[in-house]
Amino acid sequence: MEKHPVREYFRADRAEVPHLWCSGCGIPQVWHYTLKAIEELKLDIDKVLWVGGSGCTGRMCTYWKGDYLHTLHGRPLGFATGAKLANPELTVICHMGDGETSAIGGNHLIQTARRNVDLVAIVINNLNYGMTGGQFSPTTPHGAFTMTSQLGNIEYPFDLCKLVATCGATYVARWTTFHARPVIRSIKKGIQKKGFAFIEIISQCPTQYGRRNKIGDGVQMMKWLKENSVPKKSAEKLSEAELKDKFIIGEFVDIEKAEYGASLRDIIKKRRG
Amino acid sequence: MNRRILSGTHLFQGDEACAEGALAAGCNLFAGYPITPATEISERLSWRLFDVGGIFVQGADELDSLTIVIGATCAGAKTMTATSGNGICLMQECIGFAAITETPCVIVDVQRAGPGTGIATKTMQGDVYQVRYGSNADYAIIALAPESPQEMFDLTVEAFNLSEIYRVPTFILSDEVVGHMREKVVIPEKVKIVERKRPKVPPQDFIPYKAESDTDVPPMPAFGEGYRMPVSGLTHTEAGTPSADYAVQNAMVTRLWNKVEKKVEQLTKVESAYLEDAKVVVLAYGSVARPVKSAVLQARKDGLKVGYLRLITLWPFPDRVIKDVVMKQPKALIFPEMNMGKMIREVERAAGGKTEIIPFSKPGVELHKPGEIYSLIRRAI
Repeated sequence: MEKHPVREYFRADRAEVPHLWCSGCGIPQVWHYTLKAIEELKLDIDKVLWVGGSGCTGRMCTYWKGDYLHTLHGRPLGFATGAKLANPELTVICHMGDGETSAIGGNHLIQTARRNVDLVAIVINNLNYGMTGGQFSPTTPHGAFTMTSQLGNIEYPFDLCKLVATCGATYVARWTTFHARPVIRSIKKGIQKKGFAFIEIISQCPTQYGRRNKIGDGVQMMKWLKENSVPKKSAEKLSEAELKDKFIIGEFVDIEKAEYGASLRDIIKKRRG
Repeated sequence: MNRRILSGTHLFQGDEACAEGALAAGCNLFAGYPITPATEISERLSWRLFDVGGIFVQGADELDSLTIVIGATCAGAKTMTATSGNGICLMQECIGFAAITETPCVIVDVQRAGPGTGIATKTMQGDVYQVRYGSNADYAIIALAPESPQEMFDLTVEAFNLSEIYRVPTFILSDEVVGHMREKVVIPEKVKIVERKRPKVPPQDFIPYKAESDTDVPPMPAFGEGYRMPVSGLTHTEAGTPSADYAVQNAMVTRLWNKVEKKVEQLTKVESAYLEDAKVVVLAYGSVARPVKSAVLQARKDGLKVGYLRLITLWPFPDRVIKDVVMKQPKALIFPEMNMGKMIREVERAAGGKTEIIPFSKPGVELHKPGEIYSLIRRAI
């Protein structure tokens, strides 16, 4: 029997195997996209650290066969920063949920982007808090229905890509789970970028968000993601009203800038002569 | 100044001595957020660490600081953060994470007056419970209370060693008086350093959270060494696999507790004098030990049979030394603390009602005066 290609990277001894995510969830897709990027770059599994927070997305790292650091809700970027500074040889990839990233972990996000630490931060934005049963998050669209916005969300969502771009991230991109090849390409770019790389992936949560907003199952939700995605170039020609409830996709930032760890090492070199 | 151990005689503030202790112990990453009265530790390490090839990070807050510290330890660094009581409040979530993941780190708490913002520049000993019990559920930590700048150096070195041996967050429970006081500090040529226990087996034979037979502490590899280390804040098996089973929870929590609490004898550090014939024993820890010693010395000169017992290890609480004191049947124990009476509850528990225990509480700002303690001694005798 042929060995499953994922086998080499997947902790098959985990209690929740094949995995704990719901049928139709987008998170395992991103798990696979991340793996493809690592594989295509031929990275040594023992030099790649996966970091996660707490929630559906946070659990991704616990299936990674290499070193993993499964941390506190909203705070994986702080832990990731420490690990990267202590061992710059590591490729550090964080997978984070939209809720933890933009609410409780908002400060970690903006500070890590501002410091420009050499990390890859992948935010899987499924538009709500999934693990706790589907409550609205700071990225839930205005008017959407969740367990804590049963009359429609009165808040307005963050544009996370704009936020981190303003904070100084060196690579920023947004796709959806439908855009497999662009996502893999972006993760590869993020890994190779010497600085903070932020990739937002809009994802389907059929169990919570899809059901309450009558979008449908996993496949129907992916179709919905595809139909509501507007490439950056096309979006420039559209009005605000036309862009309402659309997901603008593409690469927003790709620049070179002094990376935090490298700057620290420069200071050390200068002081020690 | 690119020496790690600044051997020689110095006039140091307690906070500066603490920073030097960290360097001597091998600290190579510090992250901290400015807060009175602990800021001087960050300030000194912000250049001294670079000089010895280490890393200083100013965290965006205390949570950020401790997350960076824990992440760095997992990747092989020896780490420290420093703050005051308000900062400890914010760190509690990370303290529990460090406890369940068994991540060595030193956390310095230069206590100030509270509650709330309190009085930033004034002293108190209000945090003795929050460093022990502040995070959710059950775990153990170690806490040491220095009484002088010299001990800020010595005990910081000790804290690093204990943190590495037991794989627990280890606290320096200092206070504003000790942190800001300037005194002679002698730094030796060499200090005893204990390094982290590493796996002796190859990665394929490594069981991440299996304690070695002679201790309750598993060896700890660093990220990037090929051990494929699973580190998670979830309850986990010896293999590191998340689990929701009673048996797994029971085994893990019991070990996290026992690996420190059952080692209380090895961890107990106290200083005492005149206990042999003492009719009254004054207990103290941290800065309060200073006026206590002064009062006891004066009382002895005046012919009063009084002794003192200074607790250096606060957690795990050294029940045995209290029991030993009580066994000699003193008339009373006097316990001045700069809080409304916290560690006195531990003493009462250990003493088992066998002797009178006289509290002398001050809610911070003003240290107890030797004269006040002296009067209490006279009355008790």
